[in-house]
Amino acid sequence: MEALEQFRSETRTWLEENCPPSIRTPMPEGETPWGGRKASWTNPESKQWLDAMGGRGWTAPMWPSEYGGGGLTKDENKILQQELRRIKARPALLSFGIWMLGPALLEFANEEQKKEHLPKIVRGEIRWCQGYSEPGAGSDLADLQTKCEDKGDHYLVNGQKIWTSYADKADWIFALVRTDTSVKHAGISFLLFDMETPGVEARPISMISGASPFCETFFTDVKAKKENLVGELNKGWTIAKRLLQHERDMISGMGMGTGGGGAGLADMAKEYVGESNGQISDATIRDAVVRQKMDSHAFGLTLQRTNEESKAGQSMGAASSIFKYYGTELNKRRNELIIEVLGTQGLGWEGDSFSTEELSATRSWLRSKGNSIEGGTTEVQLNVISKRVLGLPD
Amino acid sequence: MGLVLTEEQMLLKDTAAQFFQEKLPVANLRKLRDEKDATGFDRSVWKEMANLGFAGVLVSETYGGTEFGPVGLGIVLEQAGRTIAATPLLSTVLLGTTALQLGGTQTQRQEFLPRITTGDLILALAVEEGPHHNPTQIATTATASGDNFVLNGSKTFVLDGHIANYLVVVARTSGEVNASEGLTLFLINSADTKGLEVTRTLMADNHNAANITFKDVEVPATAVLGSVDGGWDILEPVLDFGRIGIAAELLGLIQEAFDQTLTYLKERQQFGVPIGSFQALKHRMAEMFAELEVCRSVVLDALNALEDRRNDIPSLASLAKARLSEASQHFTNECLQMHGGVGMTDEYDIGLFMKRARVAAATFGNAGFHRNRYAQLQGF
Ligand SMILES: Cc1cc2nc3c(=O)[nH]c(=O)nc-3n(C[C@H](O)[C@H](O)[C@H](O)COP(=O)(O)OP(=O)(O)OC[C@H]3O[C@@H](n4cnc5c(N)ncnc54)[C@H](O)[C@@H]3O)c2cc1C
Repeated sequence: MEALEQFRSETRTWLEENCPPSIRTPMPEGETPWGGRKASWTNPESKQWLDAMGGRGWTAPMWPSEYGGGGLTKDENKILQQELRRIKARPALLSFGIWMLGPALLEFANEEQKKEHLPKIVRGEIRWCQGYSEPGAGSDLADLQTKCEDKGDHYLVNGQKIWTSYADKADWIFALVRTDTSVKHAGISFLLFDMETPGVEARPISMISGASPFCETFFTDVKAKKENLVGELNKGWTIAKRLLQHERDMISGMGMGTGGGGAGLADMAKEYVGESNGQISDATIRDAVVRQKMDSHAFGLTLQRTNEESKAGQSMGAASSIFKYYGTELNKRRNELIIEVLGTQGLGWEGDSFSTEELSATRSWLRSKGNSIEGGTTEVQLNVISKRVLGLPD
Repeated sequence: MGLVLTEEQMLLKDTAAQFFQEKLPVANLRKLRDEKDATGFDRSVWKEMANLGFAGVLVSETYGGTEFGPVGLGIVLEQAGRTIAATPLLSTVLLGTTALQLGGTQTQRQEFLPRITTGDLILALAVEEGPHHNPTQIATTATASGDNFVLNGSKTFVLDGHIANYLVVVARTSGEVNASEGLTLFLINSADTKGLEVTRTLMADNHNAANITFKDVEVPATAVLGSVDGGWDILEPVLDFGRIGIAAELLGLIQEAFDQTLTYLKERQQFGVPIGSFQALKHRMAEMFAELEVCRSVVLDALNALEDRRNDIPSLASLAKARLSEASQHFTNECLQMHGGVGMTDEYDIGLFMKRARVAAATFGNAGFHRNRYAQLQGF
C-alpha cells in the first residue's frame, strides 16, 4: 500500500514535469498522435509527450520492460491512468501496434521478434496496419487467398487486401497469408513486412463520412524476410483469432465513448430541443436520452464486472464478442440520437453555418456505422456467442 | 463491495438454489393454484426457510436474524425467481423488515423483528391506490382524534395483504393528494381492527395480492411507524429496496426462462435438424445472452449500493427496475415464441414465467416510471 502511494507521488511529480501544457487540453482534429516514420507533428509538444511517455514505456504500461514496456503491475497502471486523467492528459500514442499486434506478439512471437518489434511500437517509431480482409474474404476470413510461397531465403507474397485501415500511412503490416492451398484454416500463416518493400501498393478508398482512412492494398512479388513469420508455418489462424479478440475489446470500448454521451447529451438536448421545468421539453427525445444514458450506465457496470471477474480468475465466455456486439450497437444508437437531437444542425456537411461540434457529429454518425462491421460484424459476433457460449448446433 | 460474489455468498447461492429446486419447484405454485389454496403459499416450507435463516436475512443477530444483508437477500430472491416461488420474502422479509428498521421504535422492533425471523409473522405494505404505481398519490386519510388516528380510504395491490398479521399502511395526515410531504405510516393489526375490509384479488401470476378498505378505522398513536407527516423518508427507501429486490427476482426468472428455452432449442427437431441450428433463433438467443450479462451487472451493483449505503441507491433502483422490467417482458415473449405451440400450453412453464414477469414488472413502477425517475434524478 505504501509502495503504491510512493508510486503515485512519483508519477504525479514526473507528469507535472513532463506533460506539456497543450497536451492537457482537448485534442483538436489533426493532432491525433499515431506515430510512425511518416508522422507529421503539427504540434511539437505532441512529439515531446510521445518521446517522454514512450521513453518510460508508459505508452504500453504493462508490457515487460525488457521489450520497452513500462513493466507496471495492474495496480500501478491503475494509478498511472488515474493520474493521467487527473491532469486531463491526451493519449501519447494511438496505435494498432499497442492495441492489437503487441499482445499477440507477446504471446506467440519468438525472442528476436519481440526484441525487434515491441520497443519500436512502444516508442511510436513504427506504425502498423492490419492486413486481414480481402475482396473475397470478409466475414469468412479464413477463405483468404493472398499467396505466400517459400523461395528458400525469402517468402514471395502475391495478392490483395482490402479495407486496410491507414495502409497508406503505416510503416509495416501484419498480414494473414496462405501458405497451403489444400486446406482452409490450417493453411494460413501470420507474416510481418515493411510497407516500403517493392511491390506493395496502397490506394485509399473514400468512406461515406468523407474521410479516406482505409485502402485497397496490393502485393505484387513482395519479398518478405523469413524471420518475420510469427509462430509456426500454417499455424497463423490461432494468432489471427487471438488478435481479433484484442481488436474487439478495443472497439467495444467505444460503447463507453463520451461524445455527447452522459450528461452532455442531456444538456445538448436542452439546448437544441428546449427545456421546461428543468426537463427536456420533448418527451420522446427525453425518453430516448434517458434510455441511452441508462444503457451506457449498465454497459459500464458490465465492463467493470468482467474486469473484476477476470481478476478473481472467473471469466465470462466469449466476453470480447459480447462486448463487441453490445458496445458497437450502443455507440451507433448514441450517434443516431445525437444527430436527432441536433436536428438540421446535426446534418451539415461543411461551412460556417455549422459549429465544429455540429460538423463532427455528422461525420462521427457516419463513421459509427462501421463499428458493427469492422473487427467482425454484429452478425458474426452473434454466431460466435451462439456457438461458443450457448453451444447451439451448426 | 465489488461486483463479484464472495465465497460465503456463493455458498448461500448454492444453498438457496438447492432449496427452491427441492422444496418450492414450479410444481408447488401450480399446486397452490389448482387447489385454490386459501393462504397462497406453503406455510410449512416457509417455516423451513425461516429455520435456514432466510426470513431473518436483514435482521441483526440481536433479534435472532442472520444479517446476510441486501446482497444475501438478493441472492435468495434470484433463486426464488427461478421457480417463481410464492413466499412472503418480498412482503415481509424485505418490505416489512426494512420499514421497521428505518422507522421502528425500540419497542416496535423488539415486538416484530424476532417473530418475522422465526417465520411466524407476515407483514404487508399497503401503498397503492390506483392501477399505476404512484406512491405520492395518497388519498387515504388519517385524522387525529384525541390520542388516536382515524383512517378512511382504500388500497389496492397489497402484496400478501389477505394473510398479513400486520399492515404497514401509508396514509395522508396533511398536504395535497400528490405531495410527498404529509404522509404517515401506520402499523395496523389486521386481526382485531374494526372497519378494515380485506379482499383477496386473484392475479394472473398466482402470487398474493389484496384490496383493502378503511372505514373509520381507529388506531392508537403508538401504531405510527416513524414520524407523523414524515412517512416519505421511510417509504421511499423501502420502495427502492423493494424495486431492487424485484429486479433480483426477475433476474432469476429470465435466467430460468432462457435456460429452459436453450435446452428446448437443442432438443426439438424440425426439417431433420435441431431448431437451435436456425440462425433466426440463434441470434435472438445470443442477443438475450448479452442482455442477461448486462442485467446481472446492474442488479449486482444495485444490491451493492444498498449494502454499502451508497447515495446513488435511487438511481440504481430505477436503473435495475427499468431494465429488468423491460428485459423480463422481452425474454418471456421471445422464449414463448421460440417454443412454438407448446409454449401456449399450461403444461409448459414458459407461460407461468410470462405471467409472473408482467405482474412483477408492474410492481413498484414499470420501466417507463423508472426511466422518468432516473432522468429526474440526473436533472433532465
Ligand atoms: C471502418 C472499417 C475499417 C476496417 N479496417 C480493417 C483493417 O484495418 N484491416 C482489415 O483487414 N479489415 C478491416 N475492415 C474490414 C472488416 O473486417 C470487414 O468489412 C468485415 O469483416 C466484414 O466483411 P465484408 O465487408 O466482406 O462483409 P461480408 O462478410 O460480405 O458481410 C456482408 C453481410 O453479410 C453478413 N454475413 C456474412 N456472413 C454471415 C454469417 N455467417 N451469418 C450471418 N450473417 C453473415 C454480415 O454480417 C454482413 O451484414 C474494416 C472495415 C471497416 C468498415
